[in-house]
Amino acid sequence: MKLELRGITKRFGSLVANDHIDLTVEAGEIHCLLGENGAGKSTLMNVLYGLYQADEGEVLLDDEVQHFAGPGDAMAAGIGMVHQHFMLIPVFTVAENVMLGHESTKAGGILDLASARAKVREISDRFGFDVDPDALVDDLPVGVQQRVEIIKALSRDARVLVFDEPTAVLTPQETDELMGIMRQLKESGTSIVFITHKLREVREVADRITVIRLGKVVGEASPTASNAELASLMVGRAVELTVHKDEPNLGEAALVVEGLTVIDPIGQLVVNDVSFTVRRGEILAVAGVQGNGQTELTEALLGLQPRITGSIAIDGIELSSASPRRILDAGVGFVPEDRNEDGLVGEFTITENLMLDRSNGAPFVRAGNIQRAALEQFAREKVSEFDVRTQGIDSKVRQLSGGNQQKVVLARELSRDLRLLVAAQPTRGVDVGSIEFIHKRIVETRDSGVPVVVVSTELDEVAALADRIMVMYRGRIVGIVPGDTPREVLGLMMAGEVPTEGAAA
Amino acid sequence: MSTTVQQTPASDVPALATTVVTSWKAPIAFAAFTLIALLLAVFAPREGETGFRLSEAKDVIQITTITTPAMPTLWVVIVLLALATAYSVFIVASKRRVPLWLIVVFAVLFMVGFLTWAAAGATIPVVGLLFGSLSLAVPLIFGSLSGVLSERVGVINIAIEGQLLAGAFTAAVVASITGQPIAGLFAAMVAGMLVSFVLAAFSIKYFVDQVIVGVVLNVLVLGLTSFFYSQVLVPNAAQLNTPPRFDRLPIPVLSEIPIIGPVLFRQTLVVYLMYVAVALVYIGLFHTKWGLRLRAVGEHPQAADTVGIKVNRTRFWNVALAGAIAGLGGTFFTIGSGIAFNKEMTAGAGFIALAAVIFGQWDPIKATFAALLFGFASNLQNTLAVIGSPVPSEFMLMLPYVVTIFAVAGLVGKVRGPAAAGKPYIKS
Repeated sequence: MKLELRGITKRFGSLVANDHIDLTVEAGEIHCLLGENGAGKSTLMNVLYGLYQADEGEVLLDDEVQHFAGPGDAMAAGIGMVHQHFMLIPVFTVAENVMLGHESTKAGGILDLASARAKVREISDRFGFDVDPDALVDDLPVGVQQRVEIIKALSRDARVLVFDEPTAVLTPQETDELMGIMRQLKESGTSIVFITHKLREVREVADRITVIRLGKVVGEASPTASNAELASLMVGRAVELTVHKDEPNLGEAALVVEGLTVIDPIGQLVVNDVSFTVRRGEILAVAGVQGNGQTELTEALLGLQPRITGSIAIDGIELSSASPRRILDAGVGFVPEDRNEDGLVGEFTITENLMLDRSNGAPFVRAGNIQRAALEQFAREKVSEFDVRTQGIDSKVRQLSGGNQQKVVLARELSRDLRLLVAAQPTRGVDVGSIEFIHKRIVETRDSGVPVVVVSTELDEVAALADRIMVMYRGRIVGIVPGDTPREVLGLMMAGEVPTEGAAA
Repeated sequence: MSTTVQQTPASDVPALATTVVTSWKAPIAFAAFTLIALLLAVFAPREGETGFRLSEAKDVIQITTITTPAMPTLWVVIVLLALATAYSVFIVASKRRVPLWLIVVFAVLFMVGFLTWAAAGATIPVVGLLFGSLSLAVPLIFGSLSGVLSERVGVINIAIEGQLLAGAFTAAVVASITGQPIAGLFAAMVAGMLVSFVLAAFSIKYFVDQVIVGVVLNVLVLGLTSFFYSQVLVPNAAQLNTPPRFDRLPIPVLSEIPIIGPVLFRQTLVVYLMYVAVALVYIGLFHTKWGLRLRAVGEHPQAADTVGIKVNRTRFWNVALAGAIAGLGGTFFTIGSGIAFNKEMTAGAGFIALAAVIFGQWDPIKATFAALLFGFASNLQNTLAVIGSPVPSEFMLMLPYVVTIFAVAGLVGKVRGPAAAGKPYIKS
């Protein structure tokens, strides 16, 4: 089916998320929509899917104008979507999820689960998915959950399939398999819109590429274009894709973790007997697919996990049973995974956020009173030092872009005397320009002799920063390998396969 | 440096290693109750024999009353309780969970011991005790069904109390005017639904905090019914507040089964409706299209929206339905029991129903059992007061609420309600 978007404009208040976007996807083609976070890709697709109503412009399928009042209409017209955050009900089975919204019933309104199971098996067999229709979605790995999403779309006879950032949660191997599935779908005549900001994937699978920046189409590119060309088109200026980094100047062991185990409330060992050491002036990158214990590991380092065994020592001081306050005072800087949840108070100003973890005394508080003058001077310095783009230090943090918010977090954490920096997903939801800046600051921190632990699910980031790479899978360390380990090997390790040699580094 | 990797099939995903989080809650509670029983036996021994009457005078099949000497029985029970406690310590020490059956056995044993002691020198009408428990549980069960439906669809229903009270009031007035209890029944459902409309409109359309709307509604209904009671019902009691009651409808054959028959099958229409409602809600929730969509909306509204389910419409009408069910439960207080409406006559039953929802893990069947437990606690207090127990009646009045607190507190953190309950669905 041919899909055409003509002059789509979508505004949120004064923000123009999509500005007269034209896009044509021919039948049986994989069309990539490339753009940074916040460029307006997802908004455009939500307009296509009927979740948002466009302010201007129209959607055409096979040259006929469509009017979608909601996702139900879009689906009926043959549009399917695999959402970035899966639209699956975790407590339902695969069959229940697939049938939801177009259930077939037996007499008395009783659900016909048998026919739903058969449907799942049929589609699953056709593409070699191997999905059990009676499995609870919550129990499935994300890669399989994504296949359930695909089955869901196909069970409604989707002929245009939109993949919204589908590879964000996948291992490299799963990503390759997904590419295979996309090609297979294309062969069977399905049109595919593939939204991403990862250049490698685009060049591998796309037939045509449309680049979007700040809500506008800024150009088309062919899959043969180089990474640098695509990146500069996407960002609007030349970007350095690699971080310049000297050989590490290693000092003595600073962070020593021995036999660390974290138990969650239902008794699962989410971090299982983990031991590692980070030396002064070294970056240890923790790689792995989201949800393999990295979050719990960083939280344990900060004293945020209640049930842990084993030992965590920084410069010889045992901190495994210390409170977060004591750990912060011991000189641990923490960039949390989700800055809006753990790192910042959105309704507070930049100034207030910069003193969040220092409200217990000098220099910002004296006799219970906030020292405004000292604080504001500090805030002004940090805002210029960290290049936070804002109208002023009294702006609410909520109003900043993701990249600028992250700079505020980094400014706060790096302005103390650190003995360890823990940065979890430091560039998630951050624009390419800020990524460059944040990576530079992390490397500078390392060069000043601070041990750094970076947790990232992005292999590019791991490769850019790491002196050594620790791969986690199902709560255990698969291996600790040198920073220049090839991505194929890392990819296999992320799926739990232990390297047989060269593990010591 | 070369690095090779062992090839293993990529598809098999091992489960996370687990350990048992040992909880000493159960052994500690067991020990405490065993100690209570021991203290009763040592410091407040009671002479005489205790009777357990298992059938009523009018029953076709008569069962002889079981009589047992009070103190020896209590001592036997104490020994058994101590054994159960020791076993639970052994289980937890060997890193296992205390099984549910042990808790049930322990509770039943303790109840037998306590009743034998409390009723020494008298006879406990077992059938009467259970019959009353079921009756008192009726509004709680309707209320908890209402809570289950409402929360499963994503709206926290604190207003059960208000819905029950509105139902009780309307049922009394309409049944008094028409002389037909059945008319009162329908009116009560409408009244409960009206309360729900307000809850639904504010929480779904205007995103007001659902707990606050619920609390305000309870106060509003309480104020309104009290006002109309004193200004309108009291001066015109004969026309407006003399509700006829539902007759008991014994079901042939079934009602003659010993113990079970008189308890379950010599009830009024309201109770039989309750059986039907529990079954319908259970089947509806878990085996029909309606239930699948309802649960989807309460778990992940956005996902439901993307498959074309109208989230807010689904929420609105199911909250309304929940209100109607609670209103139906309210009829128990007036036309279900043949009592005139009185101020604040639901006396917190709505909140206990809410506790039953949580205790019952948002499952209609389990919530029903939880409500029955609370009903039993209430009626135990009545029965013991009648046969003259040595425990002060004020203390016994606490019983249902103490049971509620322990039941809910023991479960908090272990059960997970519908993921989106309490969160309005706001589309940009």
